[in-house]
Amino acid sequence: MKKFKGRIVTPGTAKAEALVTKGGLNTLASFQKALQFGDKTAKCGDQNNPDLYGKEMAGKALCLPQTIGSTTGGMVLYCACAMKRQPACMLFSNHIDSLAAAGAVLADVWVEDVNMPVVDSLGDEFLEYVKSGMTITLEADGTVCVE
Amino acid sequence: MHLTDEQQAILSGSQGETMAKVMKTLVMYGDAFEAEEMVAVTSEYNHLVTSFGLGVMAPVYDLMQQLIDAGVMSQQKFSVDPRPLDKNVPKNLLQNLIFNKFMYNKQDFYEGQLKKLGLLHEDAFTCACYMDEVGNKPKKGDILSWAESSAVVYANSVLGARCNRNSGIVDLMGSIVGFVPKFGLLTDEGRKASWIVKIETSKKPEAQLLGSAIGMKVMEDVPYVVGLDKWLGSELTDEACTYLKDFGAATASNGAVGLYHIENLTPEAVESGKELIKSDAKVYVIDDKELKRVKDNYPVIWKDRDAKPKLCFMGCPHMSLQQLKDWTDRVEAGLKAAGNKKVQIPTVFTAPPAVLEEFNKTDYAKRLKETGVITSYICPLMYMNNPLCGKMPVITSSNKLRTYTSARYYTDDEILLQITKGGKN
Repeated sequence: MKKFKGRIVTPGTAKAEALVTKGGLNTLASFQKALQFGDKTAKCGDQNNPDLYGKEMAGKALCLPQTIGSTTGGMVLYCACAMKRQPACMLFSNHIDSLAAAGAVLADVWVEDVNMPVVDSLGDEFLEYVKSGMTITLEADGTVCVE
Repeated sequence: MHLTDEQQAILSGSQGETMAKVMKTLVMYGDAFEAEEMVAVTSEYNHLVTSFGLGVMAPVYDLMQQLIDAGVMSQQKFSVDPRPLDKNVPKNLLQNLIFNKFMYNKQDFYEGQLKKLGLLHEDAFTCACYMDEVGNKPKKGDILSWAESSAVVYANSVLGARCNRNSGIVDLMGSIVGFVPKFGLLTDEGRKASWIVKIETSKKPEAQLLGSAIGMKVMEDVPYVVGLDKWLGSELTDEACTYLKDFGAATASNGAVGLYHIENLTPEAVESGKELIKSDAKVYVIDDKELKRVKDNYPVIWKDRDAKPKLCFMGCPHMSLQQLKDWTDRVEAGLKAAGNKKVQIPTVFTAPPAVLEEFNKTDYAKRLKETGVITSYICPLMYMNNPLCGKMPVITSSNKLRTYTSARYYTDDEILLQITKGGKN
């Protein structure tokens, strides 16, 4: 078990299975199909992301460097939360990007009964250590336990 | 973040609960980037990225309705990205059914919401709102609350305005409150370049290919481009601006570039020159070999790589008036050389409604129509989002369209050859 300390972007706690992408998460490409066709497990639809393509994102601890792609990205993340198809938490190794930050904040402020805590700046070592399938515990102070 | 008394009062609910939530969103957004203050939005108009009434985006329209019901409106009129549907663009019955019944079934409803929130006018739908014919062209130094990535990078780089790469919805919220958090590209430090890109090609590089190479290399950083003025000159002519429009869109979509400086050409580079470069800037050299490497590495996600193209899209971002005229000449010449009268692949040129209106007043419009090319105000990206359209072999010279859809990229010359001579790859 290893612990990493990050910076809280939106608060909360979570315990979930890790889903890891080493490349950036293209939010629109990843969520669009799942939102459009009622897939509650939110299988990733981004064919350009071999780490995530076809894998269920809903309820997972999504570990990533940053998000990429269309500037509708924040809005798409907000929709995923409002439609209850969001990851259990999002854990960024880098400083969060403006699109992911917008999505996290929109969900936090405008969606009442959804909790998707977001922590960033966990460092490169975090993304090197964590593997899909590991168990993640996110504590309220931004500490991430990986086991 | 330090808030003024006025901003603090809004956050505390002086203008109602909904307005307080809008302010809270912007404050939290700024806090994520350690913004120390909010600054006033100073552009005359805003521009929104969300133009589509996609049924599945119901939470967005619910949020918009909350704003409308609370009387929380944009302080600026705004233009918005292109419409997703146009009857002129070829589609079969099944594709049409999916467009109208399953995908954009909220289009009329959402356009109604946009009108209530502050849409500039009925036809203010384009990603290239900064073109003269459209009229949403910010001044140097203006602070914007835009989100459309190709418009943001153009406004920052070519016009010298200041805008972060915001997300949809946040763009509207900045305009509602009249303030945006000051961080990133709104600061002098954030506009400094951490990459020097040296152009060492033997001919003028293809705008969309050069932008793609730079975007993929620098990602969200600011590049300072040296040697491009050799090909573009040192004046922001119509031709140079058109080149930079297409170049910038590729940097923004193939990477996440929000600002670039072109030495001796773009306004801040002309003013400050190499002072814009950070001391620890990395160097990226682009020559013919590097451009070829980048192009050769684009994945082709067609099921049949050798399929005959069924459609060609040009104009992502939307074409300028001069581009439409130049392409009319090129298509005519290409057809003549190939011994054909009409284009051999259904071809759509997309441009802002206001540009098409001007184009249609010229003789070029009739000439282009005679070649079989269709003009449209549509967003090709939203067309390609239809799963049935996404399966079609579509070609384009837009690197943005290539990145977000299954469309296959070719250079302008290759496209011309395909549409005039025949659909062989």
